[in-house]
Amino acid sequence: MKKNKLIFWAFVGPSLLAFTLVVLAPLLMGIYYSFTNWNGIAANVSFVGLDNYIEMFNDSSFLDSFIFTTKFTIVSVIAVNAIGFALALLVTRGLKISNFLRTIFFMPNLIGGLILGFIWQFIFTKGFAALGELTGQGWLLGWLSNQETGFWGLAILLAWKMSGYVMVIYVAGIQGIPEELVEAAKIDGANAWERVKHIVFPLIRPAFTASLFLTLSNSFKLFDPNLSLTSGGPARSTEMLALNIYKTAFTFREMGVAQAKAVIFLIVVGIVTLTQVHFTKKGEVEM
Amino acid sequence: MNKQKKLILRIISVLSAGLFLVPFYIMLINSFKTKKQLFLDTLGFPKTFDFNNYIVAWERLEFLKVFFNSLIITVGSLTIVIIFSSMAAWMLQRTKSKLSTFIFFVFVASMLIPFQAVMLPLVRIMGKLNLLNMPGLIFMYLGFQSSLSIFLYHGFVKGIPKALDEAAIIDGCNSFQIFWYIIFPLLKPITITVSVLNAVWIWNDYLLPSLVINKEASHTIPLRIFFFFGEYTKQWHLAMAGLTLAIIPVIIFYFFAQKHIIKGVTDGSVK
Repeated sequence: MKKNKLIFWAFVGPSLLAFTLVVLAPLLMGIYYSFTNWNGIAANVSFVGLDNYIEMFNDSSFLDSFIFTTKFTIVSVIAVNAIGFALALLVTRGLKISNFLRTIFFMPNLIGGLILGFIWQFIFTKGFAALGELTGQGWLLGWLSNQETGFWGLAILLAWKMSGYVMVIYVAGIQGIPEELVEAAKIDGANAWERVKHIVFPLIRPAFTASLFLTLSNSFKLFDPNLSLTSGGPARSTEMLALNIYKTAFTFREMGVAQAKAVIFLIVVGIVTLTQVHFTKKGEVEM
Repeated sequence: MNKQKKLILRIISVLSAGLFLVPFYIMLINSFKTKKQLFLDTLGFPKTFDFNNYIVAWERLEFLKVFFNSLIITVGSLTIVIIFSSMAAWMLQRTKSKLSTFIFFVFVASMLIPFQAVMLPLVRIMGKLNLLNMPGLIFMYLGFQSSLSIFLYHGFVKGIPKALDEAAIIDGCNSFQIFWYIIFPLLKPITITVSVLNAVWIWNDYLLPSLVINKEASHTIPLRIFFFFGEYTKQWHLAMAGLTLAIIPVIIFYFFAQKHIIKGVTDGSVK
């Protein structure tokens, strides 16, 4: 028996040790720090109760970034899933170039968010401006110089990056639909839209759950492209939650407040994703 | 499908593929222009293909060095993540005890934790352990990536009959022999999935290395790009050449291992 235990720890131990030091311990310490005046440098910290949380709620930048993040998440989840689903329908039509298309649509997904943000910064500020001057379209000028264009810039970037990803998930779902079902519906006189609505939609619910979960958490926790595209500017107006926490810690050096924000962030992420999984799993169709 | 319909679909396909490629195209054409040319004509095709921007960007980025740093960190992390999470997953799945179930549950539940919730104390702990360096970074990736990797391996191990383990015990194998000679080879499909997911994530990660690596000599590609871009923000022609250089390794890798990558990334997400 003793030998068995030893073997158990030999197999599980290394991962568990790294995981404990890197995730669990910092998590618990972080929760503790959020109730202290910890500043990241001084060795002795003292308990300050809810001070950091009160300060956080008085910090208007946090509330602003919360609202910005929520709006961004709603827009992105809809856009990414709608475009991704449309692309999935497009590449499952049996066209010869389907495989090539899939390759192209998926490609942006592999490139790091930081690099993508820089590429798009050029597209929005230089490319859009040049196109605007060429065509006389005023709305193409001055992108990323205010909150509105910063918002849409981020949304376009994420839609471009992630649509190909959810496309592949939807493709797998669509290909799992039995051919006979679609044929039967065709014989019964269902048109293309009716077939999508009554057969494809209900049967790809699991793919929908997965995509929703992914887009939701990726947009809500977005960091890299936010940092490189707008860096939260102008005047902190496009700062999402992750970036707000980061700047509170490293630009404003308020570690305790940053940690309190991080705890709230953790709770919100947990609630949102668990609720979403619960509801979408409920509506899945058994075959 | 009739011919007309097919033609329309084909046109839509080509247009949308074009739309997806426009950002790469604009980046590429501008990486060959001089500063003046870029300023005068951003959307036009470059008049001459000047590789000078690439030469300058290559030197300023110290591209070869940061490329190998990224490679060492990615391959190193990947190796230990695969070894230790496959071992842990097999043991957790085969051991029926409360402790084993609990440990697995903690691993899975932690996948929800956003990085920001742990990043500040993490830097402090790692600083104390003298791990704010490349080996430390690799160790941290083991900690962060083990949840998802163990989760994926665990699901796969379930499908491998326990009779195999038992037959091996009768033949006199110990646990390590059973795992490495019999189980691990059978895990190959999921090992590919786990590798792809982790490789893409680690290769592109910016935030963790930016907190951990403070020596310039240990910069990874994303880290160096961040500083490079900050310095050359008004010199777009150089920035575009630098960004192109930065994504070339990923694109090459993608074209060679495309099937595995697409499959790996989606398998990992659907489960």
